[in-house]
Amino acid sequence: MKSKKMSVGQFNVWFEVLRFVLAIIIAFSISFIIMSFSTDAPFAAIGNLFVGPLTSIRRFSTVLETMIPLTFAGLAVSVMFKANQFNLAAEGALFMGALTAAILAIYMPGPPIVVIIASMLAAGIVGSLVCAIPGVLKIKWNCSEMVVSLMLNYVMLYFGTYIFNQVARDPDSAYNASYKFREGVKLSNILSKTRLHTGLIIMVAFVILTYVFIFKTKWGYKLRMTGSNLHFAKCAGISVAGVIMSSQLIGGFIAGVGGSTEMLGMYSRFQWSALPGYGFDGVILNILAKENPAYIPVAAFFVAYLRIGADYMYKQSGVAAEIVAIIEGLVIVLVAATAFLSKFRHRMTTKLSKDLLTSGGER
Amino acid sequence: MSNVFHAIFSTTFLFSVIRVATPLILASMGAVITSNAGITNIGIEGVMLVSALTGVFASAFGFGPWFGFIISIITGVICSLAIGYVSMSLKTDSVLTCIAFNTMAIGGTVYFMYAVVKDKGTTIALNSGKLPSVEIPLIKDIPVLGDILSNHNVVSYIALLMILVVYILLYKTPLGLRIRSAGKAPTALSSVGVSLIKTRYIALGISGILGGMAGAFMSMGYVTWFSKNMTAGRGFIALAADAIGNSTPVGAALSSLLFAVAEALSYSLQITTVPPELVQMLPYLVTIVGLIAYSIRKSSLVKKERLKQAVK
Repeated sequence: MKSKKMSVGQFNVWFEVLRFVLAIIIAFSISFIIMSFSTDAPFAAIGNLFVGPLTSIRRFSTVLETMIPLTFAGLAVSVMFKANQFNLAAEGALFMGALTAAILAIYMPGPPIVVIIASMLAAGIVGSLVCAIPGVLKIKWNCSEMVVSLMLNYVMLYFGTYIFNQVARDPDSAYNASYKFREGVKLSNILSKTRLHTGLIIMVAFVILTYVFIFKTKWGYKLRMTGSNLHFAKCAGISVAGVIMSSQLIGGFIAGVGGSTEMLGMYSRFQWSALPGYGFDGVILNILAKENPAYIPVAAFFVAYLRIGADYMYKQSGVAAEIVAIIEGLVIVLVAATAFLSKFRHRMTTKLSKDLLTSGGER
Repeated sequence: MSNVFHAIFSTTFLFSVIRVATPLILASMGAVITSNAGITNIGIEGVMLVSALTGVFASAFGFGPWFGFIISIITGVICSLAIGYVSMSLKTDSVLTCIAFNTMAIGGTVYFMYAVVKDKGTTIALNSGKLPSVEIPLIKDIPVLGDILSNHNVVSYIALLMILVVYILLYKTPLGLRIRSAGKAPTALSSVGVSLIKTRYIALGISGILGGMAGAFMSMGYVTWFSKNMTAGRGFIALAADAIGNSTPVGAALSSLLFAVAEALSYSLQITTVPPELVQMLPYLVTIVGLIAYSIRKSSLVKKERLKQAVK
């Protein structure tokens, strides 16, 4: 039997996949039970949830569109969490980044491409500044970065709304929206009849850059070292404060660019009046992706697929789309739970090691 | 400016401070208990939200607001214990567990609200009732004080009482000692034969009671319906209040009051020409500033302590 000769390392990979699949099955089963209380046709409802995004190109491209800001948020959180900082300010950074991009898109003169690049950079810098605040306070006075960032998100929401009302709000619009962006200042479309935009390409670039930064550069190595063992990093002569600060700045930059990409790709006016919730989504994605930037787009795709499927289900079956929040929550809890299936893992690891021992250590 | 001062130093202003502070005090007491036990409980936000909804349902379809209040508390306990089960027994990081739980709470409450009342916004159609307001016999006759302190919702008085209860629980009972050791010296706790996990479960359960009450107040006292994401970060503020108050009941209650003053002020300032968004920002900014002030004081204390030891 080939499977008996599986090494422990192979088993661990296989085990993670198994655990993930089981987590999804359990989450869906529980949600299915919940759904069957509120609809007469739960099978049809959950069927709609699964196939919804595949029913048309338009819907499938919506999944990809939804995935873009999610991925940016996930990458931002991933870089900040790598320094072992529970900085949740990505939410505020994304919001402010989007607003900055919108303001530049309305007022900045010059050829559209220059405006787009400038507004993305500006959004990134603003995002950096936002995420730097909890970092500075943590390093300087040991304030809890988590509590500060939670409060900071609301400060950013109201501060941003103030700026928006002063600078960009169109008094003629019936609802709270800004002036229209200048002609041509928009990320161009890459698939006709959909809203899928070049932000997807920018996103892919950022995934690669983040991955390379974290795993292939000296800087990233210092970052991982600081995150996993602060004291060891200190003893090894790494300037810990600098590493933590730079990771918050980079994370904020990614979040800010994410906000601008969403704004310039999907909208022609700024019209956010509440926090978009991407900051917490970013945390969820990191749990699903095991904090590896390479898997974050996959996780983002999964979450986006669920959400679009749920919208379809709501329209077709009248089951509220918010059920996906329960599915997401259950999946991430089970994926993040170290003790879930750990007995099985322990038994298998022991068995495999024994097998290896009896066969003389041959692989 | 004079009418601003008039608004601030009025009895209605101070009355509204207590009203606004009620859920914060209750939730921050919950945060105090859990942080003393060594758990960062940002799930209290979700606990409040879920209890607020179950309270409304229990009140509307069951036996009125008091029944709803009890169901809210039970819900709070169940949710808190579930967080405990996942984070301690299934060994998930507690912050991540709480973020997952909050996500589920925000979406789940909307899901069930829609399933029951076919509305994704509020349960205003349910007519779920309100917990009674109480006039305090002697105090209500005192001219100014009576207007401020009397005729509050009954939960407001429970909240004030809870500051005392939590204080006694933490500092005057064996259980309180165990809870505090679970946070400060978990290994010492185990070494004398007390289960760390059990103690933390108890702490979470108590914080669930307090969070449940806070939720009940939101939907059956502050207003008389449940609305989508109605807690709006109050659980996070409670956590900040706990941090500013150095995890002591009185400190956290005073910090909650500070936030409540800022929030009540933001309602009063809306009559002036100050931009409303900046006014709405005020409570959160005050909280951050409070946190910074507290941290500066604490870190300078630590430095002094070190200096003392160095001199010795």
